[in-house]
Amino acid sequence: MTYILGVSAFYHDSAAALIKDGKIISAAQEERFTRKKHDSGFPTNAINFVLNFSNIKLNEIDHIVFYEKPFLKFERLLETYVAFAPKGFQSFSRAMPIWLKEKLFQKKFIFDYLKSIDNTFKDDTKLLFSEHHLSHAASAFYPSPFEEAIILTADGVGEWATTTVAIGKKNNVEIKKELHFPHSLGLLYSAFTYYTGFKVNSGEYKLMGLAPYGKPLYVDKILSNLIDLKNDGTFILDQKYFNYSTGLTMTNKNFDDLFGEKPRKPETEKITQFHMDIAASIQNVTEKIMLLLAKSLKKEYEIPNLCLAGGVALNCVANGKILQEKIFENIWVQPAAGDAGGSLGAALAYWHIDLDNEREETHKDNMCGSYLGNEFKEIEILEKLDEIGANYEKLDQNEIINKTARDLADGKAVGWFQGRMEFGPRALGNRSILGDPRSDTMQKNLNLKVKYRESFRPFAPSILREDLNDWFEMNTDSPYMLFVSDVKKSRTLELSNEQKKLFGIDLLNVKKSEIPAVTHVDYSARIQTVSKETNPLYYKLIEKFKEKTNCPVLVNTSFNIRGEPIVHTPEDAFKCFMGTELDVLVVGNCYLVKTDQDLNLKSNYTNNFELD
Amino acid sequence: MSFLKEFIKFLMERKKFWLVPILLFLLIFGALFVVTQGTAVAPFIYTIF
Repeated sequence: MTYILGVSAFYHDSAAALIKDGKIISAAQEERFTRKKHDSGFPTNAINFVLNFSNIKLNEIDHIVFYEKPFLKFERLLETYVAFAPKGFQSFSRAMPIWLKEKLFQKKFIFDYLKSIDNTFKDDTKLLFSEHHLSHAASAFYPSPFEEAIILTADGVGEWATTTVAIGKKNNVEIKKELHFPHSLGLLYSAFTYYTGFKVNSGEYKLMGLAPYGKPLYVDKILSNLIDLKNDGTFILDQKYFNYSTGLTMTNKNFDDLFGEKPRKPETEKITQFHMDIAASIQNVTEKIMLLLAKSLKKEYEIPNLCLAGGVALNCVANGKILQEKIFENIWVQPAAGDAGGSLGAALAYWHIDLDNEREETHKDNMCGSYLGNEFKEIEILEKLDEIGANYEKLDQNEIINKTARDLADGKAVGWFQGRMEFGPRALGNRSILGDPRSDTMQKNLNLKVKYRESFRPFAPSILREDLNDWFEMNTDSPYMLFVSDVKKSRTLELSNEQKKLFGIDLLNVKKSEIPAVTHVDYSARIQTVSKETNPLYYKLIEKFKEKTNCPVLVNTSFNIRGEPIVHTPEDAFKCFMGTELDVLVVGNCYLVKTDQDLNLKSNYTNNFELD
Repeated sequence: MSFLKEFIKFLMERKKFWLVPILLFLLIFGALFVVTQGTAVAPFIYTIF
């Protein structure tokens, strides 16, 4: 029996993953435990969780694999500073002390952290290092249902690589080609995230959500100035416009002059049509690049399957475009496509490539629905709810399903906490806030009164797999909410002549389909298909909702507020329930109604988290 | 010591020997800064830059 622990840390989204003889056992992000969004610290809590889950000690782990190589990263940093010198001295003088003091000696630091978890752990030869993009590629291929696939990974930057193409075949992943820093699709997208006033490394999905409100007016400007895009999807970024290589910002004055405005200051400046058009333009360019890459790779390797990972693979709109174009027969995207998933990939790469072990089941999705995190036994839930003074009813499962479906049909906002926590940025029905998608006011209410976030942000639908094609223009599994597709034409509503004249944010309040709460302004939706096999309880709930309403769709958004990591424990769920305008909370088989609770337990919740 | 061994192995593999003087410079002066902090030598070190 071989246990391998994968670890990602020190940049953003630290995480730990445990595999046993190649089988994925558990994985979790550190942020869920520390309640600090995108926590980059060493994932002590996440490691403790994966160890406790399997009831083993760190000392019993056979190999520990870190998801990237610090020496290679240091080499890239030094070379970049030399290449740009004397420009970038300020950034250099800030970065070097940290590197010379800590980061260069990462092996020792990791070893010390591990020893603090288990002081009997003494063998530093167990500690190994994978390459950043190999970790991503492995996380995309090994859990996929394909025996052979093209693997495309794209993110900000790893060591040197920013985009890689690999071929996965049986138990091997071989990297075929790479694009190197500073030419990075992830960093290009992040530059626009910064420019439109969102936080880099967390606000990218907001930019994606903003894009449908705008017109892609700046596509030509981007393509003729910022990027030299080749027919095969490879590209070079003109560094004249960017500041990320050596500076402390993403873009520079040349960039501002090109588009005619300075970067938006989120504290004082509102989002305008200009920012929406910028968002639409960079989204369009990203889709163009991804499509060109996908087409050229398919032509070159003639393999019908595609696996995606890396932060750019979380751009579900671009993923949806690749799917829509039918370039590949099958596409599988790693649900924890960002750096958190690197922990899993690092462990899997070592098991299959270095230890040369075969893959056992190659014809099914081996991610277990991404439900790889912590779960709480009923006794733990009851104890915790009693301890915090919650007023609840304990019901059996059928009653829970029935009552929750009724509440949802009545337009209530429900906090739904069940089973194992999801691994990756999306809540997939175990740590979710649910609502009725048919409601005209649900999107606005959830955004402003429950999530306390920007009103333009869309919500995603969860739909029974067998009903997918009746409601959306798509008929492919999307269990991880990583593909966007349009609402079925027959379900959309005709706009009046006056409504047709609206554009931008004014479109937000226009009812566009039978399920307005999950229909974005361009009629698209980020779909999660739910099947009996991956999440039977959630499936039953949607089935019951369908029985009551004839609608097999629910609004599914992560159980958190703006700036907060998704809830982890029943206590986190209760705090969020009390701190927001959620009407009902369901934790396991415990059913809680807001009006039954002691209002003294209500806390000023929104101030606890820094806005993202 | 194991760090040095691993770093030399890394340099041999990557064959980027031109990084060595830069790194040595950084390490020596970095160490000098740390060691001389608060000492009488400090002002002389700082004037070099």
